[in-house]
Amino acid sequence: MAEQASAQQAEQALLSLNNIEVVYNHVVLVLKGVSLEVAPGSIVALLGGNGAGKSTTLKAISGLLTGERGEITRGTIHYNGENVTHMSAADRVQRGVLHVMEGRRVFEHLTVEENLQVGSYGRKDGAAAIQKDMEMVFEYFPRLRERRKSVAGYTSGGEQQMLAMGRALMARPRMILLDEPSMGLAPQLVEEIFHIVTTLRREEGVTFLVAEQNTNVALRNADYGYILENGRIVMYGDAARLRENPDVKEFYLGVSSGEGKTSFRNVKHYKRRKRWLS
Amino acid sequence: MMFFFEVLIGGLMSGIMYALVALGFVLIFKASGVFNFAQAAMVLFAAMFIAGMHGDWGVPYWMAIPITILLMLGLAWIIERVVLRQLVNQEPIIMFMATIGIFFAIIGFAEIIWGSRSRTLDIGIPDQPLFIGDMLFQQYDIVTAIAVAVLVVLLLIFSQRTRMGRVLRAVADDHQAAQSVGIKLNTVWVVVWFVAGIVAVVAGIVWGGALGVQPVMVDVAFKALPVLLLGGLTSIPGAIIAGLIIGSGEALAEVYLGPIIGGGIDNWFAYIIAMAFMVWRPEGLFGEKIIERI
Repeated sequence: MAEQASAQQAEQALLSLNNIEVVYNHVVLVLKGVSLEVAPGSIVALLGGNGAGKSTTLKAISGLLTGERGEITRGTIHYNGENVTHMSAADRVQRGVLHVMEGRRVFEHLTVEENLQVGSYGRKDGAAAIQKDMEMVFEYFPRLRERRKSVAGYTSGGEQQMLAMGRALMARPRMILLDEPSMGLAPQLVEEIFHIVTTLRREEGVTFLVAEQNTNVALRNADYGYILENGRIVMYGDAARLRENPDVKEFYLGVSSGEGKTSFRNVKHYKRRKRWLS
Repeated sequence: MMFFFEVLIGGLMSGIMYALVALGFVLIFKASGVFNFAQAAMVLFAAMFIAGMHGDWGVPYWMAIPITILLMLGLAWIIERVVLRQLVNQEPIIMFMATIGIFFAIIGFAEIIWGSRSRTLDIGIPDQPLFIGDMLFQQYDIVTAIAVAVLVVLLLIFSQRTRMGRVLRAVADDHQAAQSVGIKLNTVWVVVWFVAGIVAVVAGIVWGGALGVQPVMVDVAFKALPVLLLGGLTSIPGAIIAGLIIGSGEALAEVYLGPIIGGGIDNWFAYIIAMAFMVWRPEGLFGEKIIERI
């Protein structure tokens, strides 16, 4: 019964994680049963502090855990109605799931243009279509066109973030897993990146799952949010609702509720809530 | 003085051969971070198959060489399936030990088929003494040098101008990022080992032609190691230049220092050069990131 119900849910959502558990090195339990859903065409924020398990969740979805001796030991991941839990990373890319990793991870010794070309690796629709998509990437990120012949390792942090996203676009993604795009960028650049995210969703119909520590920016641009703590989802809901939630305000947005200092009782209250939620 | 130059040139020529073996090491190390000890065994393997097919079965060289190149592709595929794929994510030292295993497995396999007797391999490279001005050259050396130069240029074109070459450079930069755009590392490893196999075929023909094909050929591995360290583990030009330095250095040392401190210098002199050099520059002439990777 439960199996059927979850399969049905999976049909509506583009991506659905059902009780995912991830273990590193056969001993370290990092995700302790994460379930989440991403509707097609939406922007979903995955929030949480350092070490909460955001990156691990994204890697479980993209299949990049194996390179880090990580393993999904329980649960299922459905993408577009198909069980992809143990599929290879390359096959998931073929299906349109692209992971833009934390820290940009561009190919440093390749030029900007070569990075984009490598991004189209798995495609079989010919050089003309690939060239067209490169033009599209340059439309979205004009700065990359200016620097197309530069070695990627010598471009700025913002340019590398754009390049990493452009490289993912070259694979014709249906869904982009964006890990910590704001890391180390000036606030204005962060706004620019998120503006492009919303544009890409609107113009190209790309679905986004964005892991962020910058709760404020993420919730302003997302439709829905999940808060991850210690390998568990502790809170979720519409982005607008989450922004108004007193606990989120207190602990993730850094807005105090007006009484000045955070009292111990509030912390306890939060913890109680957290337990209940998980 | 004339004698000095003749010794020098002889040394440079053997240096080119060391460089050829080191080149195979560099290709695999650069792409995958695996220190492939078996490269020298691949050289012997290639040379034995070419010489064996020609000598025992009467296969003409123009057929034996392409067949051997195909064999190297098969070998790369088997190594990926049987060894690399199983050891993915293991420590570099475990990969290194595995390549020592591959080293002996390849030699054993080649000896089962062709035996361990010495053979000749002569694909018809002219080998006449040649005077340019007053200096004596061997035609064989000149042809070899040109062949190696052509090989290096082809490798550079492959890596800079082709789609697969670009992918290999991307993988060398960042394995995980390469996977994230859908590159299958397993395919890449087969390609890399195959390219190193082709280099081994060239090295096998050149070495076999100069010294004959016999199992002791793998000792060249121990000459390629200091070349590799001196050149930096990831640099193709580094491997070539270091090969020339070590080849000429040991030839000159043998001739000029030999009478003073006794013969047999060329067995250890390469290591002395490499060690002395590494005190000054531990990453080698053109190396990068050696500290993180080994």
